[in-house]
Amino acid sequence: VIGLREIYLVTAVLLGLGLYTVATRRSAVAVLMGVELILNAAALNFVGAARFSSGQLGGQVFALVIIVFAATEAAVALAIVLLAFRSARTVDVEESATLRG
Amino acid sequence: MSAALTALDPATIFFWLLSASLLLSAAGVAFLPHIVYSAFALLGALASVAGLYLWLGADLLGVAQLLVYVGGVLVLLLFAVLLTSRIADVRVSNLSAAVQVGVPVAVALVALVCKTIWLAPWPAAAEGAARHAPTTARLGDALLREHLLPFELVSFVLLVVLAGTMAVARRAIATAPEGGA
Repeated sequence: VIGLREIYLVTAVLLGLGLYTVATRRSAVAVLMGVELILNAAALNFVGAARFSSGQLGGQVFALVIIVFAATEAAVALAIVLLAFRSARTVDVEESATLRG
Repeated sequence: MSAALTALDPATIFFWLLSASLLLSAAGVAFLPHIVYSAFALLGALASVAGLYLWLGADLLGVAQLLVYVGGVLVLLLFAVLLTSRIADVRVSNLSAAVQVGVPVAVALVALVCKTIWLAPWPAAAEGAARHAPTTARLGDALLREHLLPFELVSFVLLVVLAGTMAVARRAIATAPEGGA
């Protein structure tokens, strides 16, 4: 029977994969994908806790907030990435080390 | 015999299928060489998370995940991928760096977290709870009663993000003529 432990183990591995993506990718868009994986792992944790610990919906509300924040974060970050690409002609996070365009 | 039977009930099978699909897609995001492949693997991962929400009885969240992530964020990401990187060039598009740092950090963190999770005592599933009752009405009720503060906070953040993104994009349009040519 699936309990909280199995869900948390799955999300822990998901967190690890997201962290690996963030740590190793050099394209800023790919780094953003890793951030999305980490945020999804966190939201899944909240939903799992809401399902298994009690009948309350606080965990689902928190997951909803996480989804909205992830969407806004993606919108702002992609706008910045496109702007950086316009000025520096690259999305490599190691090469765009300057703050002045 | 009975343990094997309970281990193979349909809910368990579905959970492990969804989890396997989620982790395989996430591994695709992390390891695939081409960034467009990574973006489509992210599609699989986000859809699997939506399936897991449905499995957990969070129907509104599953649909919101599909609409917001798969319909919105992923399309945005694909636009960014196609607009920015010279995607035909694999070496440029999705290079991995600092693997000798990233692998130990990720493996150590996952090992530590998994060990903690495995050793901690977790409560069993709440008995008698209506497992797949619709949650939309209850969520809407909760958002306007005891969770009003996060709701208003989210509204304010959305307003700020709207203004901020427009400011950034306007600057991009204003600088595009001399930068684009």
